[in-house]
Amino acid sequence: MKVKVLFFAGLREQLGTSAEELELPSGVTTVAALRSHLLNRGDSWKSALGESKLVRTAVNQDMVPATARIKAGDEVAFFPPVTGG
Amino acid sequence: MKVSVQKADFDLSAEVKTLSSKSKEIGAVASFVGVVRDVPMTLEHYPGMTENSIKKIIEEAQSRWKVMGCTVIHRYGELQPGDQIVMVAVASAHRGDAFAACEFVMDYLKTRAPFWKKEERADGARWVEAKASDDEAAGRWQPPAQKAG
Repeated sequence: MKVKVLFFAGLREQLGTSAEELELPSGVTTVAALRSHLLNRGDSWKSALGESKLVRTAVNQDMVPATARIKAGDEVAFFPPVTGG
Repeated sequence: MKVSVQKADFDLSAEVKTLSSKSKEIGAVASFVGVVRDVPMTLEHYPGMTENSIKKIIEEAQSRWKVMGCTVIHRYGELQPGDQIVMVAVASAHRGDAFAACEFVMDYLKTRAPFWKKEERADGARWVEAKASDDEAAGRWQPPAQKAG
């Protein structure tokens, strides 16, 4: 299935990308699984999204825990803890 | 409710005036303004999610207190020391609800609205790290545990 993946702030800069369409292998059906899948892309991805990093996620613009399910067409965003206000 | 995420500055007194004129029942407006302290910064946000998350926070406040009107304006882009960043104004019949809801909206906004600050310091730019104290401030507002039975 295909999803849209977005990255913001420090993550966007570290990864050098802000948005992409991604075809997911079968079996990648949660936010956590997508994050693990992205780690295969190499060292910069491991250092930005590795388990020790505090990363927040949103699916279709709602903040969700890593266990949240994703489906075809979803917009999945990864970003650091927010610092507005 | 009014939610605006914008580059332009805002006028608190004009916003409060508009808010308080919405109903004759309104007897109190509590407001908060956040200001850039000592370092120039750039604010990034997640268009779409930002507005929706702030609306949800206001709806949550409306479910807890008697909120008769609420305006939230948050700026993004480049800001200088002394610039206004954010304003929250809450109208209610009495001050108790207005004060509480205003503080609640601000505390939740700090931990749930997708904004990120990048400070432009003399030795280089760096992203501001989230503070544990902000999570604690938002945590104060968790609803009381439901009574058994």
